[in-house]
Amino acid sequence: MSEVAASPVPMPAKRRVAQLVMLALAVLIVMGAYANVGLAVDGRVPAGMLAYGLGLGGIMLVAYLVLAKFAPWADPLILPLVTLINGLGLVMIYRLESAKMAGASAANQIMWTGIGVLMFTATLVVLRDHRMLQRLTYTAGAVGLVLLAIPALLPGSLSEVQGAKIWIRIGGFSIQPGEFAKLALVVFFAGYLVAKRDVLALAGRRLLFIDLPRARDLGPVLVTWGLSLLVLVFEKDLGTSLLLFGTFIAMLYIATQRTSWVLIGILLFVGGAYLAGLAFDHVGARFDAWLDPSNDVYYGNADVCLEDPPGDAMCGKSYQIMQGLFGFGAGGILGTGLGQGHPELIPLSFSDFIFAATGEELGLTGLMALLMLYALLVERGLRSSLAARDPFSKLLSGGLAFLLAWQVFIIVGGVTNLIPLTGLVTPFMSQGGSALLANWILIALLVRTSDAARRPPPQAIQNEGLTQVFQR
Amino acid sequence: MNGTLKRVAVACLAMIALLMLNVNWLQAVRAENLRSDARNTRNFYERYAIERGRITAGGKVIAQSVETDSKRFRFIRQYPDAKLYAHVTGFFSPESADAVEASENKLLDGSSADLLLRRSIDLFTGEPTKGANVEVTINPKAQKAAYDALRASGKRGAVVALEPKTGAILAMVSLPTYDPTELSGTDKSKVFTRYEELAKDKSQPLLNRTIAQTYPPGSTFKVVTAAAYLEDDSSRGPDTQVDAPQNLPLPNTNISLPNYGGAACGSGQVTLQYALEKSCNTPFGKIGMELGYDKMKEQTEKFGMGTQLGVPMSVAGSDFGKEEDKAALAMASIGQRSNRMTPLQMAMIASGIANGGSVMKPYLVSKITDAKGDAIDEADPEELSEAISSETADKLRTMMVSVVQNGTANLAQVPGVQVAGKTGTAETADGQPPHAWFISFAPANDPKIALAVIVESGAANVGAEATGGHTAAPIAKAVLEAVLNK
Repeated sequence: MSEVAASPVPMPAKRRVAQLVMLALAVLIVMGAYANVGLAVDGRVPAGMLAYGLGLGGIMLVAYLVLAKFAPWADPLILPLVTLINGLGLVMIYRLESAKMAGASAANQIMWTGIGVLMFTATLVVLRDHRMLQRLTYTAGAVGLVLLAIPALLPGSLSEVQGAKIWIRIGGFSIQPGEFAKLALVVFFAGYLVAKRDVLALAGRRLLFIDLPRARDLGPVLVTWGLSLLVLVFEKDLGTSLLLFGTFIAMLYIATQRTSWVLIGILLFVGGAYLAGLAFDHVGARFDAWLDPSNDVYYGNADVCLEDPPGDAMCGKSYQIMQGLFGFGAGGILGTGLGQGHPELIPLSFSDFIFAATGEELGLTGLMALLMLYALLVERGLRSSLAARDPFSKLLSGGLAFLLAWQVFIIVGGVTNLIPLTGLVTPFMSQGGSALLANWILIALLVRTSDAARRPPPQAIQNEGLTQVFQR
Repeated sequence: MNGTLKRVAVACLAMIALLMLNVNWLQAVRAENLRSDARNTRNFYERYAIERGRITAGGKVIAQSVETDSKRFRFIRQYPDAKLYAHVTGFFSPESADAVEASENKLLDGSSADLLLRRSIDLFTGEPTKGANVEVTINPKAQKAAYDALRASGKRGAVVALEPKTGAILAMVSLPTYDPTELSGTDKSKVFTRYEELAKDKSQPLLNRTIAQTYPPGSTFKVVTAAAYLEDDSSRGPDTQVDAPQNLPLPNTNISLPNYGGAACGSGQVTLQYALEKSCNTPFGKIGMELGYDKMKEQTEKFGMGTQLGVPMSVAGSDFGKEEDKAALAMASIGQRSNRMTPLQMAMIASGIANGGSVMKPYLVSKITDAKGDAIDEADPEELSEAISSETADKLRTMMVSVVQNGTANLAQVPGVQVAGKTGTAETADGQPPHAWFISFAPANDPKIALAVIVESGAANVGAEATGGHTAAPIAKAVLEAVLNK
């Protein structure tokens, strides 16, 4: 059709060398940052720098080779971007560990990075065609729900850490099943919406200026909304509920192309959040801390918080957010320099608040660069979604890319007091095995869809002229 | 679906743009407020993050930063002769600082604009910023002698010594004192508790009596009255005859000004020199009334009173007092009315006479060097005022030498050196023992040092005018000997 000719898609190239150079650059930047931390904290290049650097470089080389073999047409920018963000996260955790921050462990994180890349390569090797996931739509939905629900059903001793009931803890080992549930649910959403999109888009009555869907089609939205509120209630996990709900609405919008879904979603969410704020103390506390964080009433008695490590539940509800803001302030435009600030004063600065720690030491300049990395990563994902050839691929990669952006928005917005704070990880930066693994798998799926989208179509055996199937 | 995907892509960009805007708002616009928030403990750690410069006196380190093992507090302040130099160095506490630590803070912590070049070089060579070193004018021998002698008296008091030709402060001792180490620790609650204790202490150990406290000057003020009298008519000299009645009737009152203990002063007509030697009250009271308020006040101002001084610590204002009646003027002329002087002001008066009439601006910081030893700033002695003519200075010098040789201050004599001086005994309240004063300079013909000593409530009624001589003069002598190597 003429539309294809009107918007010519440039012939994709593999760009393997460019990717390798960017990858090497990312590893070099990370090694430089390691050296910087060591010089600032101990006055010498850290002894483990070469080991860390070679380790990271080696891991990424493996990822690169697997990518070259199993997804040669994938977007060349994605892996270097993730490598750089993951590496900066490692450096920040290393820096916080060197400040004797309790809980921060760079060795642990680099191990999880290794396992994450292993999962990344395994996904690419095993999942040769992501469209097979469409056949697992309802399985994925069930798996997602089970994973999400497990911590709520387990006794607190096995699932609760610092008030949030989102863990499975067995022995010294712990995982957050919710991180993996996100992926399963996105697969479910994609499969379900592809199947129902026509009904959702077309059936329904028009009331005033918005198209109302039929009640039975509205079902999944209500179910998901109820589910996210349930998660919120039982697991005190505001972040995940917000994340899932938002992602579902976005995917619904992509699939149906109806703005009314977005409006309904927002209304439901705001209503739900308002009710939750009234009904649950811990939700109300987040609102208070958000609206007036510097108020001494909410800030509390800092002496309790200054203990090492800070007893976080004891000090005021806005103590953590204020410490983060103080960190941003201390960083200013250029930052204090790696190793020269006091990010260890911010509670949980190695996990939820790693963005504040980065802001303190790398400053506005560093954060703008970091946000740009995330923006590029998200937009590369959406680009492959645009280029994808079938609705399931489009919806899956679009959903995954949005999930990533939405996750960044919720946690960074929370830490910078743009929106109320909900606990989430900063993708690829925060310390934590489950999140890192899940996000590396997410990247593998993006890479897989991108490979499929950019791969040149097989030559037709019989040239039948210009006949093509156009997919909207 | 591409249309909605594109809109979602725009929404994602918008979200990240929103985050970027918010981070700009935080780190560029609100940063200063957040940084200076009192609850931001970074300011507290920041104070201990840089290696502050040393404070030295005569090449001797009196304050320095030493590295600690703690990650939060990299450097901690150390004062090798803690109590001896407490009022010079001051302290560097978690939230405040005092004396040189405060007034030279920006140089000591390296943030001063004068150190911009050094900081830029350090930035390139990758060296950590170090503060500049501050050399003070204190002569360690004079300081030690003054401290030991004043402490031996067991009283509260102050000694301040100047170099007459430059105005450099050679000794600055105030007792009781405190240990700045106790106030410079990193344990906030400990420091604050100790500070509260010291602040509430009735003996006021935190008070720098040399510059922050004023006292009635007593008879030491008679040199100012004498100076005004000599300046008023250049034909007058030490041998000029002045009236010295046993009691000086005060106009418009039914009381009269006696000499101390009601004693006679010679035969009723004595030389000016004799009146000063014996520290008679009546001749100076009469002189003061004859000269009038304006001339007396003007003379005191010429010696520096009323000038806002920073040495660099700010100096309390000395004051001749308001214009009242003649009776009050007579009392003020013998230093016993509303006039209040800091010991530094009295030392400046001695210094002005020693320096041929020219009062130099007192200063405590002689030299600033950066961490590499390159000079950044050096003190430039500056004349504060021309207090009296050099002839008047010579006449006063002769008389003050005589005070030490033949008068009330014989305990200040140093063998082989001509010492000039004037004692003072300032009555405070009824029933309270008086303050003992002594101002002095030596050697009289080529003064190397001028000083003022005050011993609060020096000694109770030891005898006429002898108290300044008995209590304060020996302390001055110890300092003079230490500086003149006798």
